[in-house]
Amino acid sequence: MSILSIQNLSKTYQSGSRKLTVLENVNFEIQAGETISIVGPSGSGKTTLLGLCAGLDSGSTGSVVLNGQALEKLNEDQRAAVRNKDVGFIFQNFQLLPTLTALENVMVPLELKKRKDAKEKALELLEKVGLKDRATHYPTQLSGGEQQRVSIARAFANEPKILFADEPTGNLDTETGEMIEKLIFDLNTEKGTTLVLVTHDLELAAKTRRIIHIKGGKIQEDAHA
Amino acid sequence: MPDFNWILKMAMRDFRKNLSRLLLFVSSIVVGIAALVAISSFGENLVKDIDNQAKELLGADLVLENNKPLGDQALDSVAIQLASEVNFASMVAFPKTDASRLTQVRALEGDFPFYGKLETIPSEGDADFRSGGKKALVEKTLMAQFDAQVGDSIKVGSVMFRIVGELQKVPGQTGITATVAPAVYIPMAYLEETGLVQYGSRVEYNRYLQFASGTNVEELIKPFEDQWEMDRVDADTVEDRKRSTGRSFGNLSNFLSLVAFIALLLGCVGVASAVNVFVKEKLASVAVLRCLGVASLDVLLIYLVEIVVMGLFGALIGSILGTLLQFILPAVFADFLPVEVTVGISWVSVGFGMITGLFVSVLFALLPLLKVRNVSPMATLRPETADSTLLKDPARWAVMVGILLFIFGFSYFLLKQVTWALGFTGFVLVAFGALWGVGKLIMWAVRKFLPISLSYPWRQALANLYRPNNQTISLIATIGLGTAMISTLFFLQNQLLEEAKFADKEDQPNMLMFDIQTPQLADVKSKVVDRKMRIIQEVPIVTMQLNEINGIDKKENEELPDEENYSRWLYNREFRVTYRDTLIKSETLTSGELIPLGARGDSIFVSLEKGFGEGNKMKLGDELIFNVQGRPIKTYIGSFRDVKFNQVSTNFLVLFPEGVLEQAPKFHVIITKTQNDRQAADVQSEIVREFPNISIINLGTIVETLEDILGKISFVIQFMAFFSIATGILVLISSLIISKYQRMRESILLRTLGASSGIVRVINTLEYFFLGSLASLSGILLSFMATFLLGEFVFEMNFSLVWKEGLIIYLAITGLTIVLGWLNGRRIINQPPMEILRGNG
Repeated sequence: MSILSIQNLSKTYQSGSRKLTVLENVNFEIQAGETISIVGPSGSGKTTLLGLCAGLDSGSTGSVVLNGQALEKLNEDQRAAVRNKDVGFIFQNFQLLPTLTALENVMVPLELKKRKDAKEKALELLEKVGLKDRATHYPTQLSGGEQQRVSIARAFANEPKILFADEPTGNLDTETGEMIEKLIFDLNTEKGTTLVLVTHDLELAAKTRRIIHIKGGKIQEDAHA
Repeated sequence: MPDFNWILKMAMRDFRKNLSRLLLFVSSIVVGIAALVAISSFGENLVKDIDNQAKELLGADLVLENNKPLGDQALDSVAIQLASEVNFASMVAFPKTDASRLTQVRALEGDFPFYGKLETIPSEGDADFRSGGKKALVEKTLMAQFDAQVGDSIKVGSVMFRIVGELQKVPGQTGITATVAPAVYIPMAYLEETGLVQYGSRVEYNRYLQFASGTNVEELIKPFEDQWEMDRVDADTVEDRKRSTGRSFGNLSNFLSLVAFIALLLGCVGVASAVNVFVKEKLASVAVLRCLGVASLDVLLIYLVEIVVMGLFGALIGSILGTLLQFILPAVFADFLPVEVTVGISWVSVGFGMITGLFVSVLFALLPLLKVRNVSPMATLRPETADSTLLKDPARWAVMVGILLFIFGFSYFLLKQVTWALGFTGFVLVAFGALWGVGKLIMWAVRKFLPISLSYPWRQALANLYRPNNQTISLIATIGLGTAMISTLFFLQNQLLEEAKFADKEDQPNMLMFDIQTPQLADVKSKVVDRKMRIIQEVPIVTMQLNEINGIDKKENEELPDEENYSRWLYNREFRVTYRDTLIKSETLTSGELIPLGARGDSIFVSLEKGFGEGNKMKLGDELIFNVQGRPIKTYIGSFRDVKFNQVSTNFLVLFPEGVLEQAPKFHVIITKTQNDRQAADVQSEIVREFPNISIINLGTIVETLEDILGKISFVIQFMAFFSIATGILVLISSLIISKYQRMRESILLRTLGASSGIVRVINTLEYFFLGSLASLSGILLSFMATFLLGEFVFEMNFSLVWKEGLIIYLAITGLTIVLGWLNGRRIINQPPMEILRGNG
């Protein structure tokens, strides 16, 4: 079953009087439960593609169907509701809310879903990423690796159908990076989530079952393992 | 539908970490709210006190007033007590020092005031005065000026009185009245003996009546009102006095509220500017929340809840401070108040302050806060896309319109007139616009013309003014406006005094003698000439009243509807008129021409002062019938003149041609120039000794009185301007603290790159120096403009740049900015960079 379908997707920015095409006529489909990497050099358009797939932005032409919903037909608030229901995010720079504790950060997606057991569930997830005892700490009181673990717990909190990770180990040292990779893949397997990774780390990409190479805004290669 | 519980929960979570910063936002409005609440409470209490002390304000139940002796009045027999007073301006002399000055002489008969009392030192002075004999009560300002003591003598006209009391307080009179026209009370029995009431003396006759308690005075006087109207008798009851005093003090308190409102608006700029920085720092979190699926309205509401809570808190602190502050207001306004003002909590004012505070903080915070609605979740991946421009956002324009409507609505609430409220809104727009423009201009000029050869600290400090999130313009607006208010006051005060003193240096007249009777004229002139003083002007004056305007007499005028009738005042006032066929130096013809008698048949053409004529709906050719000592004289308006009233000369609303009034009873004015103060004092004392009815004003006395009045007014204005300055300082402090993090990072970077703490300190000091300089210079520039405009159009005086005062204000404001900057930045500079990098700083 297809969880994400991209058809003829292009994205153009107006820069002064000049048109800048960042993505051009991209087509691919992702099945539920798949793990996939989007790789490419800096400026190739991979982050833009991730944003469009996750409904963070809308394309200039083409269509993005996420879990059966055509995102281009939704307004920003409707897309936000889709993200809350079906999508999880892990960012390179963690993107925790600095004024919330680790626990509260994880609780946000659950509270948005009006889950009564938000706190229990969040604590459970923090336990899974090994940070239950740091639940009341604020992001500034945590190391980079710890912050990324909180971010992973938050990403899985709403039990997303699809998880988008943008260079999840890019800001971490090798050892911590490997631990984070393991955590992501383990949880992904456990929850049966679809995983879309954006990275320029080919070693990390190799751990997914499918790799899409992108360059100059176009797909160069779509390789299955 | 937003989930309010969750929004509240998120707001409170965010609040925990931002408490101190949010407190800074609202600190900007605290002073403005405090000022508003204080003045509003003071106004409320004042109205109550005027109500409670209304009888003491008038001193009687009814006062009848006329410029002719009142004679027997029908109500005299109804009254349980009667008193009479004759008052007029006259010279009095203190024989001990041989000094004299113009005062308000009040000849009193009867036990006035019936309510309240004449407070004297010693306290038995009042009773002593009434016990008979040649005794006088003298205003304390006059006693102090001439170093007189109780027991000394004072000469009023030809009679010598013994001073038995120093007047401290007279019912219904304010400190300012006492300064302008200090009173000397003498017994009525000796009025005639003084010889002061002669032709041309502007005398006011008062009759005070007290009725049995419970009398409805308004009803009682109704049957007599028409007759009084015809006889030009002015009747004043307790209710009338209550209304007029209440109205004028209502106006005063509204005006002061408007000044407080300006301080509040300055604070609002501070709120908007601080929230702007706050929002910019929150953009990343907003993007994350959007990414996690929070609707844009919900995000806006989270931060709005925080602003509402802090707005309420700021308004509460402001209201408490304001309530405390009103305890000192009666002392500040002591010289202007006719009643004893009580102080107490006014819940209406507190409520008013709370609502206003909450409303303005939300309204002004919304301006930058609306931005969070437009933050794209994409900013989590590309942070540079987070900051969006709101220029095209209709909601932002709606808020701007809302702000303008609020300013208009608030000023209309205080001023009760659409045109004035529009004027005030326009003034606020122009003032802020001008400061914004001046600030931008100076910044542009600095950037454009500063040589790049400047050393690094200078260049870096200047560059800091343009750093992202800078608050340079908002600081220029707030501190600038406060500076502008204070300096305009200083400059104007200075210029008014300079103008008055300047007159002495030129070949300008500096002494004016009036009420000279025709038989005294030759003698006075020879005394002046004997002292080698030049007679600059000798002016005959005839008094008259206006009987008809274009065929409409007083009675007919009363029956006309409001939009068609002439001011009642025109028919009641006594005109002092002179005659000549030429203009003098202070006059310019604006329309028509001076037409001598006989030039156009036997018609008489008079010339009217332009403002007076236009203000009373009169035009060229209108027919005016004057009553000159019982004889009607028909005239036509032949011309309008612009008259400069700020010169020592005699100026007239109505000017007759020669050949009409020569035979009418008249008195004279002589204008002369004394060489020095000694000569002025000598000639004044000689003439007053010989002709006590002649009054003399010399420029020295005018300057002295002017200085005294300006001192009192400026104290009040400075007190009010203090609110704006205090708000400016609070905005400065809060913006310095808000931008601390940014400065910290810059400092670390510089120090990591090897800059010594000395260099960092120099850069910071220079930055504050530039900031303080820009703000104070913008304010001073604006105040120069305001002084020029006020001088040109209101005070009619030449503008001169007051460099010295400007420099003092510049140094004070800039110095203060540097000191505050230092205090704020001390810790950043003294800590090792690593401490701060680790987040322990």
